[in-house]
Amino acid sequence: MWRWLRQRWTLWVGLLVLVYMFVPIYYVVRLSFDRSNGRLDYDLNGTFTTEYWHSALRPGEMRDAVINSLLIGLIATVVATILGTLMSFALARHRFRGRASTNLLIFLPMATPEVVMGSSLLALFVSAGIPLGFVTVLIAHVMFCVSFVVVTVKARLAGMDPRLEEAAMDLYASERQTFLRVTLPLVAPGILAAALLSFSLSFDDFIITNFNTSATFTTFPMYVWGSSLRGIPREVNVVGTVMFGVAFVIVVIGEILSWRRRRSLRSALRASTLPTS
Amino acid sequence: MSALGHLGGGGSSVAVPPRASEPVAGAKRRRVLPYLLLLPGALWLTVFFIAPLVSLFATSLYDPTGSLQDGYAMTWHFANYADAVRDFLPHFGRSLAYSLITTLVCLLLGYPLAYAIAQKAGRFKNLLLVCVIAPFFTSFLLRTLAWKTILSDNGGLVRFLRDLPLVPDDLRLLATPFAVVCGLIYNFLPFMVLPLYASLEKLDGRLLEAASDLYAGSFAAFRKVTLPLSMPGVVAGTLLTFIPAAGDYINASLLGTPNTTMIGNAIQSRFLVVNDYPSAAALSFVLMGAILILVLIYVRRAGTEEVV
Repeated sequence: MWRWLRQRWTLWVGLLVLVYMFVPIYYVVRLSFDRSNGRLDYDLNGTFTTEYWHSALRPGEMRDAVINSLLIGLIATVVATILGTLMSFALARHRFRGRASTNLLIFLPMATPEVVMGSSLLALFVSAGIPLGFVTVLIAHVMFCVSFVVVTVKARLAGMDPRLEEAAMDLYASERQTFLRVTLPLVAPGILAAALLSFSLSFDDFIITNFNTSATFTTFPMYVWGSSLRGIPREVNVVGTVMFGVAFVIVVIGEILSWRRRRSLRSALRASTLPTS
Repeated sequence: MSALGHLGGGGSSVAVPPRASEPVAGAKRRRVLPYLLLLPGALWLTVFFIAPLVSLFATSLYDPTGSLQDGYAMTWHFANYADAVRDFLPHFGRSLAYSLITTLVCLLLGYPLAYAIAQKAGRFKNLLLVCVIAPFFTSFLLRTLAWKTILSDNGGLVRFLRDLPLVPDDLRLLATPFAVVCGLIYNFLPFMVLPLYASLEKLDGRLLEAASDLYAGSFAAFRKVTLPLSMPGVVAGTLLTFIPAAGDYINASLLGTPNTTMIGNAIQSRFLVVNDYPSAAALSFVLMGAILILVLIYVRRAGTEEVV
């Protein structure tokens, strides 16, 4: 018994930590179904209700804020993914002067506290006389997403077998065809992961947005923050629950797809007569 | 075939079959291409990350007697730094203390979790990894607010603790340093687990078998094999936890009191509430400098350069 425990204690401690990570999520879901006794009530009261799930859809400040967040998230993701993917190709595939300083330029934003990034951008916008709002928030979000895209796509590129591209070239594919038919499909999962990461970073960002937005342009985290001062409507937990559900479904679908792909790849390899290394 | 790849590919890993018609133009394009690929992204980061830092530095040296409306005069007022450090020393102290405790607890919680996922989970590895990042699926602010409910005076946890012997009946968890650290630990734990997992996953189980063949106990094997090999993950994880925790102000605002405010709160209120830009900018720079120095010392000490 003692021996059995000793061999598995890391697994049990690990699982306990995982359970701990889900506790606040459980509370967010519970709170979205729990009748509140006024705006400053943060406690679970144990009365089940679905009224917040109906009222969350009503037009109003919160719905506008969610729409703004989605819009910023989508545009920032597209721009950051393009910029970051181009950069990661340069870094993973080419030797050139200035590589080290480029790596530093990409690493620094990830190592800088968000308050410093947010406040420095604010200092720039104010001294350049640029009015704060949609555009400044978008600029800031693209800025902090790019580095994460580069790191994610670069990792995928580094793990790729260069012989696949060489084989395509040997079979008389042009450089362009090789890129479109071999390289891009192989990197695509990395790019997709980077885009999802960007979107979640952007959608969830509060600190940098707090510094670079105006009073009239509100994202969802800004709405939660603003209302936390005068009492938080329970509807925000509905948004939190939906976000969690959507993200979980996306990730699970991704896992199933990659699992099936791996399985079909394995059976294809087994069926082929070529020796596999 | 791969020999041909090495001949033709030159610096790049893609083998290019030599084409007689355009050898010179191709070589030139190959030299320019990486710069073209880098240009948009590097430009964006230079203009919106580096330039703002320069602008922030300039702001930190403005004459503090100016105002946002009337404009500031550039007087190389280095005293802003001394004033900032003097006025906000307690905030710096609290930030350092809270983020160090956070990093340490995250390491203690995260290591077994990362180890379990990397070495013991078998085919559930990916599922468990998804669970680690699951907190990210809800909003940061909502997660923090959920702790407000969990630690609330009317919540089950506080009532349970109050019923225990030796625990005072008026015990409070919310609005204490404990609550702030609790929120910080929860919010930054995944940043610790993911790099730890990445380095523990590469750990070859046969090394541990070899260690036990050589009569190492499980603790000795951990100390001599597992821990040194996972050092890059430990360094990356502690940095990724410590840096955002030191600059955070959300947990201190939502879970703490004015007596638990951190340096991030000071910067936020100087910038966005008081509109005292020069001193706020100086505070930002002191924070960044302090973090850079700590990180450099730490990376030297830990003896690994593989942080990037």
